[in-house]
Amino acid sequence: MPEPSRLWGENLTLAYDQSVISRDLGITIPDNSFTVIVGPNACGKSTLLRALSRMLKPSSGAVHLDGRLIGSYPSKEVARRLGLLPQSSIAPDGISVADLVARGRYPHQKFLKQWSRTDEKVINEAMEATGIVDLAGRMVDELSGGQRQRVWLAMVLAQQTPLLLLDEPTTYLDIAHQMDVLDLCAELHHERSYTLVAVLHDLNHACRYATHLIAMKDGQVAAEGDPADIVTEELVEDVFGMPVRVIPDPETGTPLVVPVDRGGRIARRREPGTVERPAARAEEARSA
Amino acid sequence: MTLTPARPGTGSDAAAGGAPGAPPGRPRRFTRAVRLAGGRVSFAVRPRVAAVYGGLLAATVVVFAVSLSVGEYAIPLPRVLWALAGEGERLDLFFVRDVRLPRAWVAVLVGAALGIAGAVFQSISRNPLGSPDIIGFTGGASTGAVAVILVFGGSVLQVSLGAVVGGVGTAVVVYLLAFKQGVQGYRLVLVGIGINALLLAVRDYLMTRAELTEAMTAHIWMIGSLNGSGWGEVVAVSIAAAVLVPVVLALGPRLRLMEMGEQSARGLGVPVQGTQVTVMLAASALTGAAIAVSGPISFIALAAPQLVRRLARTNGTALLGAGLMGALLLAVADLIAQQALAPTQLPVGVVTAVIGGSYLIWVLYREWRTGHA
Amino acid sequence: MSLERPSTALDTGDDADAPDSVVAAQALDRRTSAAARTHLLRTTGLLALIAALAGCAVLSIAVGAKAIPLGSVLGALLDPDGSYNSSVVWELRLPRTVLGVFVGAALGLAGALMQGLTRNPIAEPGILGVNSGAAAAVVTAIFAFGLTGADTYIWFGFLGAAVASVLVYALGSRGRSGATPVRLALAGTALGAVLQGFVYGITVLNENVFDQIRFWQVGSLVGRDLDIFLRLWPFLTAGIVLALMLGPALNAVALGEDLAAALGARVNRTRAFVALAIVLLCGGATAAAGPIWFVGLIVPHLARSFTGPDQRWLLPYSAATGAVLLTLADTAGRVVTSSGELEVGIVTALIGAPVFIYLVRRRRMAQL
Repeated sequence: MPEPSRLWGENLTLAYDQSVISRDLGITIPDNSFTVIVGPNACGKSTLLRALSRMLKPSSGAVHLDGRLIGSYPSKEVARRLGLLPQSSIAPDGISVADLVARGRYPHQKFLKQWSRTDEKVINEAMEATGIVDLAGRMVDELSGGQRQRVWLAMVLAQQTPLLLLDEPTTYLDIAHQMDVLDLCAELHHERSYTLVAVLHDLNHACRYATHLIAMKDGQVAAEGDPADIVTEELVEDVFGMPVRVIPDPETGTPLVVPVDRGGRIARRREPGTVERPAARAEEARSA
Repeated sequence: MTLTPARPGTGSDAAAGGAPGAPPGRPRRFTRAVRLAGGRVSFAVRPRVAAVYGGLLAATVVVFAVSLSVGEYAIPLPRVLWALAGEGERLDLFFVRDVRLPRAWVAVLVGAALGIAGAVFQSISRNPLGSPDIIGFTGGASTGAVAVILVFGGSVLQVSLGAVVGGVGTAVVVYLLAFKQGVQGYRLVLVGIGINALLLAVRDYLMTRAELTEAMTAHIWMIGSLNGSGWGEVVAVSIAAAVLVPVVLALGPRLRLMEMGEQSARGLGVPVQGTQVTVMLAASALTGAAIAVSGPISFIALAAPQLVRRLARTNGTALLGAGLMGALLLAVADLIAQQALAPTQLPVGVVTAVIGGSYLIWVLYREWRTGHA
Repeated sequence: MSLERPSTALDTGDDADAPDSVVAAQALDRRTSAAARTHLLRTTGLLALIAALAGCAVLSIAVGAKAIPLGSVLGALLDPDGSYNSSVVWELRLPRTVLGVFVGAALGLAGALMQGLTRNPIAEPGILGVNSGAAAAVVTAIFAFGLTGADTYIWFGFLGAAVASVLVYALGSRGRSGATPVRLALAGTALGAVLQGFVYGITVLNENVFDQIRFWQVGSLVGRDLDIFLRLWPFLTAGIVLALMLGPALNAVALGEDLAAALGARVNRTRAFVALAIVLLCGGATAAAGPIWFVGLIVPHLARSFTGPDQRWLLPYSAATGAVLLTLADTAGRVVTSSGELEVGIVTALIGAPVFIYLVRRRRMAQL
């Protein structure tokens, strides 16, 4: 049987101790896609990402990477094929940007070959790709949140893996920096042919940037595919339990998810009594 | 006013509150409110915490009673009660009222003082290993006392004085050295460690240069012992506790907020710097009183906060609990120290180290086996 | 390996417009030369430190109850002629000096490993129960087997340190997430207390034991001869080599467990190796010289102020700094008092503490 893709999992049961997060989950990350995983809090998206990156050993089922079980590789070998940026990473105090990026070279370094020309070159390239060359000598703890996230991305890039897994890379960033990071991801995907998997909180960002969207609910895949095909009002209501309207994004044409004005207070405040709110009416009708 | 409850899954963070789709209905109650005087006095009580504290208190009372009764001259409990009331044989009266009662009180009070002080220092340093050592206090006190014993051959009172002067002096020096546009907790810890090492070197130097018998006296003092504690000690440590414990307990809520980070604490209206100084002074003074009375008994300050936290499953500093636990630990330890090798009386510091350590090992072992961590 | 890497596309020659790429290229040049400069500086610094160590060692051989002129020291070292000076140098001073260098390097390394592993700046190898284990074993040796003299109980010291740290590690690494720093610290404190209590108990009951242990406990190199060095050097060397090899993995572990694992570091295996290295280093050092805990605590801080957090540099710097500090302290201890000498454990604290406090005050210390 041909492998469905470079990274896929079958019959995954994922659990922390006794509490099972996902049961019998099947997942395929399409090659050369920018896959985004969305879903409500605690739906198991980060858990899935951990399983795909062998941080979490599935209780049953298996994750396959490049045609072999992910657990059968030596761990540095996995790290040369698949990079992960976890949500919580600690920058050692007093470390400079360049040094932190250089730590991404760990899986490529042999004990006696700690600082090759390739290392130097790749680190420079990674900093260039993320636009942080000018920050190279600065201390990481002096940087702003947006800059810091770029540094972390550069570190994962220095790992030189064709597959990149990012767990909520835009958390704690302002809207401009969120867009920055996502544009950077899109560029990596589009121009440098990375396969990216990101967990994102913002549905609209997901719809805009993803070439493949996976919506999760209660540890299961509720829908997956091109965002334009799968993101509907019914899906979002089903997954997030919140009534929304889905309209085309005026800028990109991708789906734009707009929460319904529950109770209509905001619309009433702005233009008393005169506002057309089909979705809100629909909600009232449903709850009646 | 009617507020629609958030739907499951759309709340701020369902993961923190429990699994999504938790069964509706009455939530499990972790907290009960107690309101007195028509709501003018109200506080929240957590049943588990209350049970643990109650248990600790009851256990301390039992140990207290037992320690009045047992000894080379055993006195049955009813006669102990008579003796307390001032009736009974002369020997009974002597042993209960003049020998065992003050010693038991000292054990309980010193234990509580050390437990509370330990909790304070662990909270401020945000380090489970934090103890009065971190500001050089213990090092200063023991060096002071050992110097008095070895260099001046001082009396008991002078030794206590040496301990207090050494301890307080060191704490002040550490604080001043750590001061640089305010005191940062982290710098304080490191300066304290440096000064502590310096003092211990001096102490060890004195120990190696002294005559064996004098060195032994100093050694026993350093281990910490309640042998020969009388009413004078009780009065001294009671006064210190009566003044200082309320201060520390009153600042407890602020300490818990400061554990979330100085920024958030400031945001919630906590004067961080002032609280830090006050509470640390109070805790140092408590430790000083305890050390003056009984020498630097090890491990109570370190273990009591950790143990009570695990028993009561609280995640913040439990000052009161640490005090109760410290009192119980030292009372038990002193009972053992008196009885284990009777008639030889061990310094209680030997026992606190052994049983405190063993108990902590057991707690950790059990906790990790069952998967809490 | 035929892995197609996106790195081939990660090339500098992009189609960006000229002025930008020129600016970027200049920035890159600056950054490359800055990196080269740092590298050079750190290498030079390390070499200078090693040269200083050599100087301290020669000084340590020259200084003593009978001072030997530097010329004669070098002469005796290069060409042992059987003279009195030569035999003093070869039989007494050189072994003690070399042992001091090894012990200092071992303690500095062990401290750096412990702080790197636990990310706790007040961590020192004693947390693993090394010192209390050694003390308990030495007390047992004196009490139960009537041994006397530092050279007779080195194996007890070593064994005690090793058993205690293995126990602490085993206790600290139960449960699903392995040996987390806090658990290790708590387990070490708990076991350390029990052992300390044992030591207290025995010493209070037996004056003779106390009389010996009070000298052992200070930490000293007095009377440590060639024989002791010959017995302990394999352990110390193995520990030093193992420690120096752990730098890259510790660098990864410093980024947090998840990221370390994602980078291909084996977190639990690294921790186990660190513990093994500490057992070898501290076991050997404590067996040789008694508990000199302060070196392990401050030396990494001193080293870090030169190297920053990169463990590949920090570890060798810590080794060299520890060796310099201990050799210097041992030498100073022989000259400061007119009668007898001051034990090295005391002198390290007297020298080290002020330097340490100065550093703490001067800058914001690296919080690990």
